[in-house]
Amino acid sequence: MASTETRPAASATVPAPVRVVVAPAGWRADLRGIKVVWQRELIRFWRDRLRILTSLLQPLIFLFVLGGGLAQIASGGTEGVDLRTFMFPGALAMAVFFTAMFSAASVVWDREYGFLREMLVAPVRRGSIVLGKCIGGATVASFQGLLVMALAPLVHVPYSALMILEVLALQLLLAFMMTAFGVMFAVRVTQMQAFMALMQMVVMPLLFISGALFPLSGLPRWLEVLNRLDPLTYAVNPLRAAVFSHLDLTPAATAALLPGITWFGWQVPIAVQVLVVVAFAGAMLSVAMWQFRRA
Amino acid sequence: MSELDLAVEVRGLVKRFGDVEAVRGIDLDVAAGETFGFLGPNGAGKSTTIAMLCTLLRPDAGSARVAGHDVVKERDDVRRNIGLVFQDPTLDGYLSAQQNLRFHAELYGVPKVLVPERMRLVLEMVGLWERRGSLVQTYSGGMKRRLEIARGLLHAPRVLFLDEPTVGLDPQTRASIWRYIEELKNREDITIFVTTHYMDEAEHADRIAIMDQGRIIALDTPAALKAAVAKDRVQLQVDDADAAIAALRERFGLEATIAEGSVTVAVEGGEAFVPRLFAELGVPIRGVSVARPSLDDVFMSYTGTTIRDAEAGGPDPLMRMMVGR
Repeated sequence: MASTETRPAASATVPAPVRVVVAPAGWRADLRGIKVVWQRELIRFWRDRLRILTSLLQPLIFLFVLGGGLAQIASGGTEGVDLRTFMFPGALAMAVFFTAMFSAASVVWDREYGFLREMLVAPVRRGSIVLGKCIGGATVASFQGLLVMALAPLVHVPYSALMILEVLALQLLLAFMMTAFGVMFAVRVTQMQAFMALMQMVVMPLLFISGALFPLSGLPRWLEVLNRLDPLTYAVNPLRAAVFSHLDLTPAATAALLPGITWFGWQVPIAVQVLVVVAFAGAMLSVAMWQFRRA
Repeated sequence: MSELDLAVEVRGLVKRFGDVEAVRGIDLDVAAGETFGFLGPNGAGKSTTIAMLCTLLRPDAGSARVAGHDVVKERDDVRRNIGLVFQDPTLDGYLSAQQNLRFHAELYGVPKVLVPERMRLVLEMVGLWERRGSLVQTYSGGMKRRLEIARGLLHAPRVLFLDEPTVGLDPQTRASIWRYIEELKNREDITIFVTTHYMDEAEHADRIAIMDQGRIIALDTPAALKAAVAKDRVQLQVDDADAAIAALRERFGLEATIAEGSVTVAVEGGEAFVPRLFAELGVPIRGVSVARPSLDDVFMSYTGTTIRDAEAGGPDPLMRMMVGR
């Protein structure tokens, strides 16, 4: 097929050049930067249907295979609640979690394929590129989370508009934090394999320790300490609270499955937990921006 | 604006990679509106210099200002004033050509109303208009290269850096791109900083810096550089190159080298020299060519080798620099 590649005709008129334009500075330029990076994340996510599917698979395996398999032996401790129902908020967190990590990993791809340089020399502050990336990661991850959310009736959680809104807001926040967290590392790592290995090493422990898959009551002391230090804890618990508040649970079940988070005996309110996530997200974003500026 | 009389101002710029000094303290000034050629073999330090000027690399010593802004202290200001076509691919293969260009136009603040028209112009210039909707990952190497150039010319910055812009392109596309650059230059107060190792492309430049092994070894207009060489290049095709070189030394007192496979010697009045050559050399000659000094000869007169041989001799720039010490 010779016609697929057209060559410039010898007679083609040379286009009239535009006037020299110094790219405008200031917040408008930065907003533009955030917007295009965000849009690119969406386009790329939408193009990569396989990724949508694979990121969905992991939480589903945990929820239905692990949850389904363990339901029998766990039934003694769940106060009559299906283990899958209990694990559902954890699966919501997981879906968001893995997708956000993938978004962060694209920084490493962009470096390998050179596109990162196109962004680095652009006349926008580098911070806006990081911010665009994190907002993009948060958007696609929350979309992924919504797909898992749609399965709620399968695990005895009825749909409720308010619950979905609450969950969506929390997912956005969690996804933003996790993208920032990933970008923080991705700026430093130049090889995809290294990044993936690093993520495996960091992500799985964070996920398990957060209590996404088990209740926080009656943990061994050392695990409890680690749990309180894990930023994910403060996103998973509000997620679970949001889902459980729309369920008809006995007080005993609530006490066993949703004991809440305590700091030295003080029951931390949900609002404060959300604030902790906001603070972590802000800190991680700042570090990521700082690293990007030096890159 | 007087601070913009100099588009690029470089003083004692140094960049090291480990033990290797890729750029060894260079100075140069490029006036606003000038087309400045940066000539040298691969690994000479051209791209490293450009990376520092474009704020992608931090210099280890020295200073540089682009469009009046310091490349270390005022990086954001520098970036607002420059455009850059990279030597290595920097396209997003998962996006279409059009999406890549739109991304660029937004990042560089090209007014929205101008974008569709501009996009069409640059894509037609490089012959990719029909393929604008295809994903870039389906493009051939040459098409990607052309798209990259089209993207670099989408906006018109104050200083446009072109790092080996036309490597691997067919002559027609190269000519069309250079026509556009000339046009751009005639109409606008744009400064073009272009690196190349094509001698004929360097002829487009107002002034040329020749770089070799991290240093600028010559800097002048192409005409002045060639005039300084003054000697014609005479190349001999012989069967016994060693005997020919020895004979040239004994009978004419000339130091010959082998360049691009031929015994090569620089003499004043090349044509008049040819009859003497046949009469006195005493080594069978199968062919002779005489050439007026080109930039190739300029390069050769400073380094003792042609650009092509300099590259063939050491494909690995690091190795070449170690050997060069």
